[in-house]
Amino acid sequence: MSRLEVDVAVTRGSFTLDVSVTVGSGEVVAVLGSNGAGKSTFLGALAGLHAPDRGAITLDGRELGGVPVHRRRVGLLSQQALLFPHLTARDNVAFGPRSSGAGRRAARETADRWLAMVDATALADRRPAELSGGQAQRIAIARALACEPELLLLDEPFAALDVDVTPAVRSLLRRVVRATGVTTLMVTHDVLDAVVLADRLVVLDAGRVVESGPTAEVLRRPRSAFAARIAGLDLVPGRSCPEGLRTTDGTVVGGMHPETLDDGEAAVALFAPAAVSVFREPPKGSPRTTVPVRLAAMEPHGELVRLRAGVPDGGPGWVEGLAADVTPAAVAQLGVEPGDEVWFAVKAAEVEVHPAGR
Amino acid sequence: MRTTVPRFLWAPAALAWLLVAIPVAGLVVRVDWPNFLGLVTSPSALAALWLSLKTGLATMVLCLVLGGPLAVVLARSSLPGLAFVRSVVLLPLVLPPVVGGLTLLFLFGRTGPVGGWLDREFGVTVPFSTTAVVLAQTFVAMPFLVVSLEGALRTAGQRYEAVAATLGASPFTTLWRVTVPVVLPGLLSGSVLAFARALGEFGATITFAGSLEGTTRTLPLLIYLQSQDDLDGAVAMSLVLVVVAIGVIVVSRTRDLR
Repeated sequence: MSRLEVDVAVTRGSFTLDVSVTVGSGEVVAVLGSNGAGKSTFLGALAGLHAPDRGAITLDGRELGGVPVHRRRVGLLSQQALLFPHLTARDNVAFGPRSSGAGRRAARETADRWLAMVDATALADRRPAELSGGQAQRIAIARALACEPELLLLDEPFAALDVDVTPAVRSLLRRVVRATGVTTLMVTHDVLDAVVLADRLVVLDAGRVVESGPTAEVLRRPRSAFAARIAGLDLVPGRSCPEGLRTTDGTVVGGMHPETLDDGEAAVALFAPAAVSVFREPPKGSPRTTVPVRLAAMEPHGELVRLRAGVPDGGPGWVEGLAADVTPAAVAQLGVEPGDEVWFAVKAAEVEVHPAGR
Repeated sequence: MRTTVPRFLWAPAALAWLLVAIPVAGLVVRVDWPNFLGLVTSPSALAALWLSLKTGLATMVLCLVLGGPLAVVLARSSLPGLAFVRSVVLLPLVLPPVVGGLTLLFLFGRTGPVGGWLDREFGVTVPFSTTAVVLAQTFVAMPFLVVSLEGALRTAGQRYEAVAATLGASPFTTLWRVTVPVVLPGLLSGSVLAFARALGEFGATITFAGSLEGTTRTLPLLIYLQSQDDLDGAVAMSLVLVVVAIGVIVVSRTRDLR
């Protein structure tokens, strides 16, 4: 178990990155930012590709600056699987253990164990050229973890995959990262990657940290305008159930499962604020999930008005911070103002349930 | 997508091909077939063939052992003056081989800086020996291996090597288990090209090593010598070289077809 402390400044041309991040032992932290926010530069500094102008990277008390890459014990999984083309899947996975001194036989046994872990036992004897993108990325996951790194770096690990295989590979990565308890730092531009994988979120803009905190909190209550723009999602934590998701107080939020989830597995329901309808009275006979809220705030949001929810008397606590985007005409028709009790409703077809949290 | 070839290119293209193909075909016609076997198995022919193969292989090994590391340094390091180092390596490609032979002779001759020292300290004389043949051939063949290997290294890029390092592989392990296998096709074709260039070497060899039967008289030297008085023998030996050259091209090209 290893704790990572990073405090670096890197200048590349006119761009300056100045970031300080701590990842607790066994924690998964996502660094979220749009293109040009400095994500790659940050990862490059961690992986040892760009020498930082100033600062320190300590992993489990070891200072990493000046340590050659092959002695850092930092695994890297990037967009491209980059499997060695001349080796079979098994030999690719066995490469790390072999390099750190394991015998041929022991390394192959380790490799087989990891291949089983990523459901790729059947692919063991294939060459990378005979693997699909999703299969190759699964082998790359096994290969990165087979050397038992103290820190795992994920560089947009799903960005190059087909959209239809991304959910499966993402859940698999979540499962093995949780199972091994490896300290993990991921950079991504996709909010969903952060929701599924990360305990904590660090939002990067123009080379600086603009916000950080537990994933669900940052996404639900972004304090910076930038975080709000890239997050901007309604998020309800709970556990997976056949209809969608069940919150701690027993409310069922109807939704779809883009990836397979076990019943009772920790999950979040995600939906866009624009998918939420607002009513004065509980809508009758509607197939939607409805929940009473106290209107906490109303603010303009582009051409729409964003209504912020607060907890009503005796209502469930998870509605705090939920957003609904409605037209100004609808607001006028409803005749509501902050402090009023209203009902938020969302259709099951607009809700996606993803694995998340512990 | 295939684009259309402008029509006016066809005629010069055909001429270019014929310029190479017709003389080679003419060689086949000109061969004295009834006596062919006798001509290519004469003692002097066999001695030259054996010497050519032996020195060609030695040259190939020397190019690999010295040129391989040089290609890695050129492709991977960021030394200042690397462009200068590269141009010097490419020099033998454009230099007349005779000039190469002369420079080697000045360097390794008894009065030369290296040759004089070798003579004084060890009593070793390099010029006009089989060693001189290998040195002359290496001088002209080295750029072929270096260029083809450096190209393969640059095409492969450093991505695989970077991944290997994150997997805990030392630079040495990475070189043997990742870099070499990834550029193996380039390494093979570079070696084969170097071997072929060594096999055809004439100018540098005759200047630096002379033409002593069994010691320095390689196939091209024998062919030149015979073309003065025994044209049938020269043509027969030429055909042997053509066949070897075609074999080399086939070997170095098959990787492209895979």
